Amino acid sequence: MTVPLLEVRDLAVGFPGQVVVHGVSFHIDPGETLALVGESGCGKSITAFALMRLLPPTARVLRGSVLFDGTDLVTASPRVMRGILGKRISLIQQEPMTSLNPVLPVGAQIGEVIRRHEPVSRAAARRRAEELLDLVGIPEPRRRAAEFPHNFSGGMRQRVMIAMAVACQPRLIIADEPTTALDVTIQAQVLDLLDDLREQFDMAVLLITHDLGVVAQWADRATVMYAGRIVEQAPVRPFFRHPRHPYTRGLLGAAVNEAGEAEGGHYTTRRLNEIVGSVASAVGEPGCPFAPRCPDKIPACRAAPPSLEPMPDGSAVACIIAARPEVAHAAADG
Amino acid sequence: MSALADEHSPIALRGPPAQRRHRLLRASLRNPSFLIGLVILLVVIGVALTADRLFPGDPQDMVGTPALWPGQDAEFLLGTDSLGRDVASGLAHGARVSLLVGFSAAAIGLVIGTLIGAVSGYCGGWADTLLVRLTELFQTVPTFLLVIVIVAIGQPSAPVIALAIGVSAWPTVARLVRAQFRSLREAEFIAAARSLGYGAPRIIIHEILPNALAPIIVTGSLMVANAILTEAGLSFLNMGDPNLISWGSMIGDGRPLLRTAWFLCALPGGAIALTVLSLNLVGDGLNDLLNPRSGAV
Repeated sequence: MTVPLLEVRDLAVGFPGQVVVHGVSFHIDPGETLALVGESGCGKSITAFALMRLLPPTARVLRGSVLFDGTDLVTASPRVMRGILGKRISLIQQEPMTSLNPVLPVGAQIGEVIRRHEPVSRAAARRRAEELLDLVGIPEPRRRAAEFPHNFSGGMRQRVMIAMAVACQPRLIIADEPTTALDVTIQAQVLDLLDDLREQFDMAVLLITHDLGVVAQWADRATVMYAGRIVEQAPVRPFFRHPRHPYTRGLLGAAVNEAGEAEGGHYTTRRLNEIVGSVASAVGEPGCPFAPRCPDKIPACRAAPPSLEPMPDGSAVACIIAARPEVAHAAADG
Repeated sequence: MSALADEHSPIALRGPPAQRRHRLLRASLRNPSFLIGLVILLVVIGVALTADRLFPGDPQDMVGTPALWPGQDAEFLLGTDSLGRDVASGLAHGARVSLLVGFSAAAIGLVIGTLIGAVSGYCGGWADTLLVRLTELFQTVPTFLLVIVIVAIGQPSAPVIALAIGVSAWPTVARLVRAQFRSLREAEFIAAARSLGYGAPRIIIHEILPNALAPIIVTGSLMVANAILTEAGLSFLNMGDPNLISWGSMIGDGRPLLRTAWFLCALPGGAIALTVLSLNLVGDGLNDLLNPRSGAV
């Protein structure tokens, strides 16, 4: 097995009086795309920002470690972090409309990243910025480099953001819902571009999303978070073929898909499946956070949060029923 | 606003920065109040720069018959004051003092205010609390009194006066800059800047300051105007630099003759009003021109 590029072990993040990420562990191999999936507020963005030590001022990393290329990012000094961010790990944010500095030309903004991390001249940085704009598919990069962000459309701005993110050829790109603010056709273009660049520069991508279609098309592995815990982790193929965790099954069942249309008409006429209840019911739950909403729950689920159990096919699941089917049978028999 | 700018962009922003500078020039030509302000200001600056050449010799010298009305003697176009000093020469040399004190005081105030406001707004926490209290402390003291106290403690020389005005004027800038920084620091592009490994000084100077510049420039031009007024007030009260002639001291000297020779007060007063007006117009115009989202560029 390869040495993982990023290894997160038992990372917990809390706000005052509240824990929002309860010890998550996952790893990203060099060059792969890992999707972090979950509904709003499940802690996926907080987890990603904790990796980069960019948490809001009141949030704290409570425990755990984040090993990136041999450095523990949780304990690294701010100086070391500033050397890593933008150079070896970079971030693509959700909102391309507001993520660029409105008063600086885009070429200058890209050039600044390069000059921050590499000892190159202003002119060389400008040339690199123009090359990068060309690389991300912006026509007439020379002219466009001198323009301001408000001269670009949303999709174009996200391309500029990608150019900035890959400017120093990082090992890892964290993309926080990079296409949520874009319309669907642009989404596909932007994600294709990101995937091309990933291959070209041999980068790994942590793709944070709530869009299962995006996961299916662009991710190698998927990690599902629910209420601050990882509930399932699997390579994309088994993830969609045999979802193990009841929450994942619920998510896949709630999606609009062709199978549903084949069964009973169009999504506009057919009622979509839903997961009953809301994520708020996980608060104060001593056992499995999904137990209050779980259709298959047994009394043992309420005892303690299940740990993430590895499965023979390379996936892992945090559900006592899915991990050990005999438990469910025993409960049913008894 | 941005839609408007987008509409203009293909024509307005084509080409390298040098060409854009030409467009900035052309846009400023379409802004009449800015132009008027600029012309007046440039005339005042020109007179100040060439005062030695236009009116050689010390403006404090008594050169003619006292209290000549303007036009009475071709040699003294704007007349003479009660001691026979040339009013035109005094106005020209006074422009020098007014502008010098005005601009340096504003510069001092801007630097202190921007620094304190930026640190306070960006860092937050106890640093912010401390600096806000300090700012409020300075704001509770009446500005003019503070200037008088500082000048009275030091000597009434132009540098001390400029420093005094600057030190008393910074709280306004600090509050403005702090407010700007507080809102901008939460902006997504600042989060993006942090994610690129930029340190606090770079974020403050490179990322946030350019965004906060427009209101700072406008305030700066108003501060120059205020500093000129304050300096004139000081000189009027005979607390100005006694070795330099200033518009304020000219008004003060002309006051006893207000009923017989009102022009002694009116001319320097008009000069002050005109200069202050021009600075205000220029400040407003710059606000429109420098904002890249205003669509004027």
